[in-house]
Amino acid sequence: MAKLTLEIITGEQLLLREEEIDEVVAPGSLGELGILPSHAPLVTSLQAGSLRVKRAGDEDDFFVSGGFLEIRDNHVKVLADAAERGAEIDLERAEAARQRAEERLRGEATVDRVRAEVALRRSLMRLKVARRRRRGRADMPAGSGGAE
Amino acid sequence: MPSTREIRRRIRSVENTAKITNAVQLVAASKMRRAQMRAEAARPYAESMRGLLANLAGAGGDGQDPGPLHPLLERREVGKTAIILITPDRGLAGGLISNLQRHAGSLVLSPDQGGDVSMIPVGRKGLDYFARFDVPFRGEFQRLGDYPSLDDTRPISQIAIQDYMRGEVDQVSLVYAAFVSTVQQRPTTVPLLPVEAPASDDGDAAAEVEYIFEPSPEAVLDDLLPRYVEMQVYQAVLESAASEQSARMVAMRNATDAANEMVGDLTLQYNKARQEQITSELLDIVGGVEAMA
Repeated sequence: MAKLTLEIITGEQLLLREEEIDEVVAPGSLGELGILPSHAPLVTSLQAGSLRVKRAGDEDDFFVSGGFLEIRDNHVKVLADAAERGAEIDLERAEAARQRAEERLRGEATVDRVRAEVALRRSLMRLKVARRRRRGRADMPAGSGGAE
Repeated sequence: MPSTREIRRRIRSVENTAKITNAVQLVAASKMRRAQMRAEAARPYAESMRGLLANLAGAGGDGQDPGPLHPLLERREVGKTAIILITPDRGLAGGLISNLQRHAGSLVLSPDQGGDVSMIPVGRKGLDYFARFDVPFRGEFQRLGDYPSLDDTRPISQIAIQDYMRGEVDQVSLVYAAFVSTVQQRPTTVPLLPVEAPASDDGDAAAEVEYIFEPSPEAVLDDLLPRYVEMQVYQAVLESAASEQSARMVAMRNATDAANEMVGDLTLQYNKARQEQITSELLDIVGGVEAMA
């Protein structure tokens, strides 16, 4: 069976380019979306969340903060605003970002609430990706299939 | 004829200058390599984005007249122009800065421009230069550093997009020093807004792919266009950083060479002067001996 090629590209670098991938689960703006080989051509915007990459007997987690995803001819291209490998997320920094965002939300309505909410969401997702990575794969949430 | 002591002092001073220019040259060379690498690293993203945009612009209208799918694509009659001028913060870069200033000046200050022009200077050299003229600034940026990040450049594009959406400007251009080669940087003007949707570069094959757009072509375009503009600004800033460092490296190498040549000339002059002095002293002694004989 055909396999997927995945590229994760951010504005500052090409983070990943890998072939022989079985499945990609991405945080589409309409909900999580699982991509298997022979997927129809699709372009979707992404929301902050975790991008899971499954290959033979192995799995990787990435955090993406938003961006786009394009599928064409088994080639999955992720144009991320920012992306990090789950294993490389600095837990302390992510935790600090969460606290900052929460504080800002508790504050008066003078701050840009929407922006703070986005920041909180982003930091929570980042933490989630990082924690899952560290716990190992034993307790991956079951049924992580997507909208498709 | 200056005395030998004066010449020696000048030699020492020129040697010190050569040491400094040489050091600046070495620093610029290493910064140039990194700046070039960063400009290189940003390319895949920009290219993928261009491809996406080309596809989207084609997909939106069902083959009919595409029309402006998005306000950022809408072409207006141009009355008010804004120019984003990207310059270095620091000098010692040979002709780079004055070339940029002249190039931007011809766009901003020429009498035949007619409509009104405002600027967003990025970098101190452009800022200081145009502060002397009667040109309104929409925003100003400096000290982005040698390796600016996307986060550093984002506010620049945000100002441009905001003013464009509000109708305060009808057109925004980017002026920066394009990196042609290590020895050549060319002041360049590129249109930023309205966004010109690129033609799909892989020919008809791409146009025939029918994409599903989620949530919708308009929504994706809405997300994509601001990022596309951001990316263009970011790339221009990266490229001009590489241009700055290479211009500085070349200028400083020339300065070091000139200083070394000058040291050579001065040393020759010094030796001549010293020899003349010895000769005249010898003549004095010989003359004295003869007088005594």
